[in-house]
Amino acid sequence: MTSFRYRAFGAAALACGLLAGCERPPVDTVQQGFRGTGMVEVYNPRTLAAQQALNTPPVPTPAASDDGPRASEVYKNVKVLGDLSVAQFTRLMVAMTTWVSPEQGCGYCHNLQNLADDSSYAKVVARRMLQMNQHVNSGWKQHVGVTGVTCYTCHRGHPVPQQVWFTPPEPQRNDWAFSLGDDAGQNRPARNIGLASLPYDPYTPFLLAGDSIRVIGKTALPTGNRHSIKEAEWTYALMMHFSKSLGVNCTYCHNTRSFASWEGPPQRVNAWYGIRMVRDLNGNYLEPLTKVFPRDHLGPEGDVAKIGCSTCHQGAYKPLWGARMLPDYPALAVPLKTAAPAAPAPASAVAAAAQTAAALAAANAGGVRAAPAAAAVMPAMPAAPSIDAVVPGMVAGRVLFRLDRTDLDAEARATIDRVAALLMRDPTLKVNLSGYADRSGKVDHNLDLAKKRAFAVRDALEAAGVGEDRVVLRKPAIVIGSLDAEWRRVDLIPSR
Amino acid sequence: MGIEYQNIFTSIQAVGPACMGVPLPENDSPRTGRQPWFNHLLGRFGNAQIGPIHLSGLALASIITGTLSINIMGFNMLASVNWDPIQFIRQLPWLALEPPPPAYGLKLPPLNQGGWWLIAGFLLTLSILLWWTHLYRRARALGMGTHVPWAFAAAIWLFLVLGFIRPVLMGSWGEAVPFGIFPHLDWTAAFSIRYGNLFYNPFHALSIVFLYGSTLLFAMHGATILAVSRFGGERELEQIVDRGTASERAALFWRWTMGFNATMESIHRWAWWFAVLCPLAGGIGILLTGTVVDNWYLWAVKHHVAPMYPAVWPPVIDPATLQGIKP
Repeated sequence: MTSFRYRAFGAAALACGLLAGCERPPVDTVQQGFRGTGMVEVYNPRTLAAQQALNTPPVPTPAASDDGPRASEVYKNVKVLGDLSVAQFTRLMVAMTTWVSPEQGCGYCHNLQNLADDSSYAKVVARRMLQMNQHVNSGWKQHVGVTGVTCYTCHRGHPVPQQVWFTPPEPQRNDWAFSLGDDAGQNRPARNIGLASLPYDPYTPFLLAGDSIRVIGKTALPTGNRHSIKEAEWTYALMMHFSKSLGVNCTYCHNTRSFASWEGPPQRVNAWYGIRMVRDLNGNYLEPLTKVFPRDHLGPEGDVAKIGCSTCHQGAYKPLWGARMLPDYPALAVPLKTAAPAAPAPASAVAAAAQTAAALAAANAGGVRAAPAAAAVMPAMPAAPSIDAVVPGMVAGRVLFRLDRTDLDAEARATIDRVAALLMRDPTLKVNLSGYADRSGKVDHNLDLAKKRAFAVRDALEAAGVGEDRVVLRKPAIVIGSLDAEWRRVDLIPSR
Repeated sequence: MGIEYQNIFTSIQAVGPACMGVPLPENDSPRTGRQPWFNHLLGRFGNAQIGPIHLSGLALASIITGTLSINIMGFNMLASVNWDPIQFIRQLPWLALEPPPPAYGLKLPPLNQGGWWLIAGFLLTLSILLWWTHLYRRARALGMGTHVPWAFAAAIWLFLVLGFIRPVLMGSWGEAVPFGIFPHLDWTAAFSIRYGNLFYNPFHALSIVFLYGSTLLFAMHGATILAVSRFGGERELEQIVDRGTASERAALFWRWTMGFNATMESIHRWAWWFAVLCPLAGGIGILLTGTVVDNWYLWAVKHHVAPMYPAVWPPVIDPATLQGIKP
């Protein structure tokens, strides 16, 4: 009997020990690549359920009329959004308040006695962030696509986005000859790198400075690749940050067989641009604001809060699970025309504006921050890097179809014409067409439907003057997707 | 069926006068320290008799250098958490003594930039080599074969390749392994990443064969002996020289189920070689990595080891190769 009790106890203790480190099953796995290669994404439905609220975008307010005088004609000191109508401008200001400072209200940025006053650092920062938002949506389409970003993508109801980073303080070193304890920038249990003992600040070298991320050799035998294993650990730490930020495994972007190989999911191209985008924004938008922020908003080294992948993604493969907020707030999509000097506005519009301002002020119950004494200075704006519009291998155009239809609407024709124009401009380009269908209906019918959609786009391209030899029909690995409308489509992918 | 033959602990402990072993050659101290004593709990797992322990000058030197080495590691870890003993315990699995930054090459770095790592590594190597000598001499003193020290030497080979031979060939102490629990595991993963996936290193594969093979053989052998212990099977040596019913049954069992059986003696040769070849093959795999092969995946592609799979994704090209964009 005794031995039986020992065994039962042993088995129970072993089971507890093994389970303590595990997520509770079942988890969902989705095959991404060729069978047997381990190209699988793992999702835990309970984790996803917990993330549901975070990834639900706020309901957009009804669109405002474009009629009437411009905001710059009615309000003073409107430098970024002056080209909007007063109604549009007010609507966006209200939206920004709910996105960024729902508890603190307008007074978080504005002097409520004088909305045009720039003495609050928060207002200066907010204005620069509006420009950054427009820059992201217009200049970094390779990363944000047509989904784009709004203030809410990062802020989610918090004046400072929840997931930002500062450069950690340099460890205190003394010059004593026998000093010890150097941690080489690693070996701390840090959550951002998945509690590994990898370098705990992969941000400063890779997301602020442009240090080389790639360490793997390009040839089988040594031909001069001197990257060290320690460098590999830094890259590894950055990749852990990616994985944690997006809630995905390595295989979301990488081939299981070779991290260096580009024969893998096309998301990696997107991620590549993401790294460059984050460097651009940290270096050209956030760092120049360092002097604007009060000292207690800065990091231990006196550096400004900076962004990483998690700032927008917050654990989701696409921020807000790909929900598109931008179409409801088109002012954030592109830089607007420079606002004209304020002209005298019709009396009724001024009255309306004053009324709105009063309403906004009334909505501000308390929560008014004192503006810092130091006058905020607008930092100089560096020129944004220009990036080619055509990226071989990236989807250049997406044509959507209605349910069980293969005919092209006006929007589809516009997309096709745009891609045709790209092809005309660059004679070395070809275009690959991949047709898809949603899951409703019979499989055979849907496979046929996807093919016919690709034929329709091909015919339209040829009608637009693109040679037959430059159109490649490419059957995708997965033709039939979910019930979502986005699966009723043809992707146009340039290649050389 | 009696449950007494299926116990994971020694259930009956026969206690007699302490066994002092065989007579030793002259001028060889048979033992050090006090008289052997008995511990019932340890007797549940092994022999209840503790001692005699033999501490030669070699063994003492090994213990001293080893203790020094472990202390250098420990105090560096303690210093890295600002001498906070609570954080030292909490973060211990993450803490490490790191080798010098690669920029130092094989030059002597400052103490706090890997100098301590070199000293700790030297002392640990010295300690291990002294202990090997101690093992060898004790085995000889007893008139035994030297299988145990040579098996230990196989592990020392892997240790030296990782921490000394390969870093010297690569020209950088920074290539070596940190001393730390998680850090040495993360180093292993980073090593595989840097050199293009160690999965495609054939010696790594061979090493894993012997690793898993060792566990399989150990399970088969342990299970076989326990299963015939009701027939006296645990007295393996008697069964080897005078095959009894335990041996006959165990051998027949394996011939019945797989047509072939190891003998009571040869199974131990199997086990010894599998265990020894695991670090031997692994050490070769590590030694070749970076010195003669830089990317194991590309090496496997070149030699048709890695199969090609159908492309299932739309083709993408590395944006860094596009005009006007720097990686």
